[in-house]
Amino acid sequence: MTQDYQDGNALAGPLAELFAVDVTAATGRCVSCGDTGRVADLRVYGHELGWVARCPSCDHVMLRLVRSPDAAWLDLQGTLSLRVPLPPS
Amino acid sequence: MPPGQYLTEDFPVLSAGPTPNIPLDRWEFVIASEDGREYRWTWDELLELPAEEPTVDIHCVTKWSKLETTWRGVSLDVLMEDVETTADFALAHSYGGYTTNLPLEDLLDGKAWIVYEFEGSELAPQHGGPARLLVPHLYFWKSAKWVRGIQLQEFDELGFWESVGYHDYGDPWREQRYQGD
Ligand SMILES: [Zn+2]
Repeated sequence: MTQDYQDGNALAGPLAELFAVDVTAATGRCVSCGDTGRVADLRVYGHELGWVARCPSCDHVMLRLVRSPDAAWLDLQGTLSLRVPLPPS
Repeated sequence: MPPGQYLTEDFPVLSAGPTPNIPLDRWEFVIASEDGREYRWTWDELLELPAEEPTVDIHCVTKWSKLETTWRGVSLDVLMEDVETTADFALAHSYGGYTTNLPLEDLLDGKAWIVYEFEGSELAPQHGGPARLLVPHLYFWKSAKWVRGIQLQEFDELGFWESVGYHDYGDPWREQRYQGD
């Protein structure tokens, strides 16, 4: 069967509109199974209605992003925490 | 055609997750009423119910429309016949975890079906097989693929897309795409 998802790098463009940092370089913890991994390693489904990023370990939805003509909705209830690497201050 | 839509001849596949693999001998459809009563059908029981073959236009919120699609399945009126409820709302839920909400009255009076054939062939998994909800008068995200059941309730609980910006009702003729439309 052909792979029906992309990796989390597919989120780089749409998330860059919302955040000043590159969120695909962040690591997130899955609410469902507790696994930690890079946003770039999530499995990203769809994009026509919205981006649905799932945990590669358990398929739980970790991030949803919907873009309307004049707004974006971001849901992170499947993500327990995001660690965003920053330049040393 | 509803406003803002264009015609397509093919059948785009939109998904929010992996396509679930549901063995028919373990498939079931459940309507649960607001007081906790459950009404269940196995695959064989569903096929024994009187079927209809609706020919309907479908409209996706991503702006494609497909005219005169033909389906085969069981009207929700048949499935709801013995269900006792005073609920106003329904939350359809699917194998794989998808949900979508709609007023119960939009599932009744010949407006909705549980369908298992498309254009004379069994419904393909990527299009929601073995069975999906078909509610053609609303945007197609309301026609839940891989449908597993319907929860009847007295309050409106937002579904998968409705909770991240899509419209609560989704009437294509009023272009209710996003919240606030
Ligand atoms: Zn997980």
